[in-house]
Amino acid sequence: MEKFTTHTGVGVPLRRSNVDTDQIIPAVYLKRVTRTGFEDALFAAWRSDPAFVLNQDAYTSGSVLVAGPDFGTGSSREHAVWALKDYGFRVVLASRFADIFRGNSGKQGLVAGIVAQEDIELLWKILENDPGTEVTVDLAARTASAQDVTVSFQIDDYTRWRLMEGLDDIGLTLQHADEITAFEATRASWRPLTLPAKTLPKVEIEAARPAR
Amino acid sequence: MAGTLAEKVWDAHLVRRGTDGSPDLLYIDLHLVHEVTSPQAFEGLRLAGRPVRRPDLTIATEDHNTPTLDIDLPIADLTSRTQIDTLRNNAREFGVRIHSLGDADQGIVHQVGPQLGLTMPGLTVVCGDSHTSTHGAFGALAFGIGTSEVEHVLATQTLPLAPFKTMAINVDGALPPGATSKDIILAIIAKIGTGGGQGYVLEYRGEAIRTLSMEARMTVCNMSIEAGARAGMIAPDDTTFEYLKGRPHAPEGADWDAAVEYWRTLRSDDDAVFDTEVTLHASDLEPFVTWGTNPGQGLPISATVPVPAEIADESERVAAERAIEYMGLTPGQPLREVPVDTVFMGSCTNGRIEDLRSIAKVVQGKQKADSVRVLVVPASARVRLQAEAEGLDVIFKEFGAEWRNAGCSMCLGMNPDQLAPGERAASTSNRNFEGRQGKGGRTHLVSPLVAAATAIRGTLSSVSDLDLPDDVDLTSFDGTPLAPLDPGVLVQV
Repeated sequence: MEKFTTHTGVGVPLRRSNVDTDQIIPAVYLKRVTRTGFEDALFAAWRSDPAFVLNQDAYTSGSVLVAGPDFGTGSSREHAVWALKDYGFRVVLASRFADIFRGNSGKQGLVAGIVAQEDIELLWKILENDPGTEVTVDLAARTASAQDVTVSFQIDDYTRWRLMEGLDDIGLTLQHADEITAFEATRASWRPLTLPAKTLPKVEIEAARPAR
Repeated sequence: MAGTLAEKVWDAHLVRRGTDGSPDLLYIDLHLVHEVTSPQAFEGLRLAGRPVRRPDLTIATEDHNTPTLDIDLPIADLTSRTQIDTLRNNAREFGVRIHSLGDADQGIVHQVGPQLGLTMPGLTVVCGDSHTSTHGAFGALAFGIGTSEVEHVLATQTLPLAPFKTMAINVDGALPPGATSKDIILAIIAKIGTGGGQGYVLEYRGEAIRTLSMEARMTVCNMSIEAGARAGMIAPDDTTFEYLKGRPHAPEGADWDAAVEYWRTLRSDDDAVFDTEVTLHASDLEPFVTWGTNPGQGLPISATVPVPAEIADESERVAAERAIEYMGLTPGQPLREVPVDTVFMGSCTNGRIEDLRSIAKVVQGKQKADSVRVLVVPASARVRLQAEAEGLDVIFKEFGAEWRNAGCSMCLGMNPDQLAPGERAASTSNRNFEGRQGKGGRTHLVSPLVAAATAIRGTLSSVSDLDLPDDVDLTSFDGTPLAPLDPGVLVQV
């Protein structure tokens, strides 16, 4: 994962609450088996609306999204984070995030910073009054600045550290492989195993046919 | 020290306690895998040269993308077919058990775990799907994860997890006739909001929860994520044990006895302290429907579409205006007068045998409204077989409904089962987001009973709108119970 320290880029005001992951990337785009190439799918339903913020020239190259509360609710699809990153976003700021989305962001190097709603309103005003304004996000200081306004954001210490160091979670965990093995030795025998597989006898499943 | 149910399960899975702000490392008992959120995770393993650490704690099935018609033919949508082939190839390469289309245990991953007896009290269960919270109904700590975490669990059988807060949701009293567990959870989400559960593990408690069947409890826990919660749980009891006993992977003999003895300790201590408590009175509930575009925008069916001008909070008012416009409704319009085009009966929320039985009880001997298309999609192939054994399929077909093969289907419209732009559905699923069931589609979330009544009348309806005989008991299900499982006939595959 690429290290993140500071980033400066065009801020995009998204004045909507409850932007769920179906809005960020509709399910029809989830059929791909790759981890990249999702930029066209970002906000797919809204992108056809000329009035949508990303369709306005000043915001098209945006990389800091300033969104309403409860961003990233719903489905656990990490594709939402991939789509934001593939489009070019490095940071999302909102007053509340869904837990799974926030976790997925941290794994993929997208900064999800929690900003007080009154500060979000402040940023929205700047970005709307002066489209194309750049926002500077300083992860070490946990601040976001636009013009003469600087607001602070929250991100948990561990995620911040991993983002700043660009560390891979699996590698970190495997440093404790001995402890995992020791834990497995204590596992009670009633706890289930999927293998060897047990099922009822095989039964033919009749295929439903289209209505005539 | 006194603990809550969630804390007890957490503590029993601690591989190592986090230090200096780093998260705890938790062991994962059961990892459920499906085709949509796993390909990039397996690819990550392949690139790093890592094996699946515990194939024997992992199980895969095909559900999100699978067609519900012509399942014996090649999948017509090439990208869907590629994704499913990718899962099959990955399962073969990494030694993971898979139940593919055409197998009796294929189906929605959150039905497959319980029906095989793999989901049990006291486990940690994860899946790259937010509705993994369903398994919390058994007293398991179960939550959805992203693809990076899927790869992490495949590689290490653990997850680093930040601590959670606990919320007790007490539902006291008894449900009135016509109201169901779906109405309980829709009312809870309307009360605490789609962000109300963020950072929390919810524990559902109280008389109304204790009297629910296992499947009805799964409906409640399933939608915990719709309140933003990390997980939802219900303490296991005799209802849980009876559901589990004799299932293919349920413990046997001395293991069963040891398990039940342990499972009985899995309850929040009387003096345990929750970070937050919420109380609902089941007797106040009536059938709930959503009018908006998030699951918190719900109201009793006797209500009218909200009037945004009357909403004080600006953010909520703007959201309501947008939602009402998207949904094509009129402020003040009675919900009962909203006509629908499609009724979808299925999903990991309400596609189980009890749901199908309750629908069948309402629609038996009736005809659907001419203007409505009705899809009945069982949660798994096993549920479909059971329904057919009970003759429910005949009731549905005579009613005018389409009886489909198992899968996620129109809940998220990844397969051909979708709404057209502007088409309006009453759906027993879990999300009414814009475009969720098809681009431009409009979704009202409802219980199976409301879905059945709506299919008959053509507008959002509850069973009280129907001319049902007084003695029909819709809350008890007298269908043949799931065929008793004789361990002697189990086969190992």
